[in-house]
Amino acid sequence: MRTILVSKWTKVAVFLICLIPFADLVWRIIKSDLGANPVEFLQHATGDWTLRFLVFTLCVTPFRKLFKLPDLIRFRRMLGLFAFFYVSLHFLTYLGPDQAFDFSGMLKDVAKRPFITVGFTAFVLLIPLAITSTAGWIRRIGGKRWQMLHRSIYFAAVFGVIHYDWLVKSDVRKPLFYGALVALLLLWRLGDWFFKRRSQAPVRVAAPHVSMNG
Amino acid sequence: MLIRKAPDLTYADVTPRSVYLDRRKFLRAMGIAGATAVAGKGLFDLVLPPQNALAATQFTGLIKSPFSTTEKQNSLNDVSHYNNFYEFGSDKSDPAKNAQNFKTTPWTVSVEGDVSKSRKFTMDEILKLAPLEERIYRHRCVERWSIVVPWIGFSFNVLAKLVEPTPKARYVAFETLYDRRQMPHAGGGIDFPYVEGLRLDEGMNPLALLCVGMYGESLPPQDGAPVRMIVPWKYGYKSIKSLVKIRFQEKEPPTTWNRYSTSEYGFYSNVNPNVDHPRWSQSKERRLGEIFMRPTVMFNGYGDQVASMYSGMDLKKYH
Repeated sequence: MRTILVSKWTKVAVFLICLIPFADLVWRIIKSDLGANPVEFLQHATGDWTLRFLVFTLCVTPFRKLFKLPDLIRFRRMLGLFAFFYVSLHFLTYLGPDQAFDFSGMLKDVAKRPFITVGFTAFVLLIPLAITSTAGWIRRIGGKRWQMLHRSIYFAAVFGVIHYDWLVKSDVRKPLFYGALVALLLLWRLGDWFFKRRSQAPVRVAAPHVSMNG
Repeated sequence: MLIRKAPDLTYADVTPRSVYLDRRKFLRAMGIAGATAVAGKGLFDLVLPPQNALAATQFTGLIKSPFSTTEKQNSLNDVSHYNNFYEFGSDKSDPAKNAQNFKTTPWTVSVEGDVSKSRKFTMDEILKLAPLEERIYRHRCVERWSIVVPWIGFSFNVLAKLVEPTPKARYVAFETLYDRRQMPHAGGGIDFPYVEGLRLDEGMNPLALLCVGMYGESLPPQDGAPVRMIVPWKYGYKSIKSLVKIRFQEKEPPTTWNRYSTSEYGFYSNVNPNVDHPRWSQSKERRLGEIFMRPTVMFNGYGDQVASMYSGMDLKKYH
């Protein structure tokens, strides 16, 4: 398993797999196979894939620990950047067809419509994460602070789910599904943090001896 | 025109399921077509998937209506594959799939309440109540998309006058069929049966259409077969589908979406670019087939015919 995970080719394969939804959309545009309301189709598809990639990204840490596969970390940045890629497309389908590229009109809409406000906030929260995703930026900011900054993905995911929930007319099954996944992944982190703290507390007190004895 | 763009063939397209399950009905639906023609049609279906499993009735000699718009019509394919009909699923692509075998014969519409002559109408009787007209209307959904459709029918007031509403009647309540066996996909968070209503004068307005077809044919199941209302100056959900009951009454009837969320969906639900849905603006709409949005017009552009019914009314309060 480990040799597969660390293989360069696996990374290439995952990258290509992540591009499939995008390729499918391009293909559908070429074939004009986007249904009766193509703009809505693109908006919903890119929004869905954003939430999915946020969930995939949030899965990495729990999966690493639960399945003892630390090498999964090699894919986290890529998954996160794909979430950003799809959210950028999602934003463009709103800025273009809905707002006719009118920035001031868009900002008014953002201020006035709660579901746009939370969606836009989630998008904005992800921008610094995409920018600082390189090794250089981790060094410049410092590991601890970088980690703190990148925790804002939790808020982006929660806001993304709320954005979806406030958009739908009455059928909340899909937003609830994403909401449940995000909740589960965040609760796992909370539990992990809580138990780690508890198990570490006595260790910290006796730290010198324990570390001496290995 | 009918088949603008044939989707990819899937296994299910080879023979429509209803045809496979009920060849007799299929043959009957083919009407006078002989065995050779049926075979030919079968071959045709193999190449181009059918829009509906069962052939629709063609209407001829339709009267052109002065109410019709000259705007570009949407395609039958778009109008029959992008539907809000939660009895057949809440995704807009669901009804076209799930309503294929919807049984619309026999069909009766019961008219009751504060009328002198309450009675039931069969579909044959309804079709003979008045000469059928083609009315090309704009149709604006609360979700900010719109279409232009050549509906077929006649003013609802023809039927209403026939049953003679008593002076007590101030509203008309409508109800859609709810048959759990035929509608296993019904859902989406709203209650069934679907109910709607109009003030009596709204129902009597000549624009309010009792609709039995579109694009020269009977209605496809997903568009509300066999008979529905079309109220073009109101948001789409007011135009109730697959009608089984019409009730004249004194009290304002409950309506499905209003019951679901009173603040979001008022009883009147007139198309109004100045009154936003609490969660989104109603000032613009996307005509299917267009990329950018266009401004929404008060009463969906039917102000000349309907605005007088609301004079002096606070349309923000009575949205």
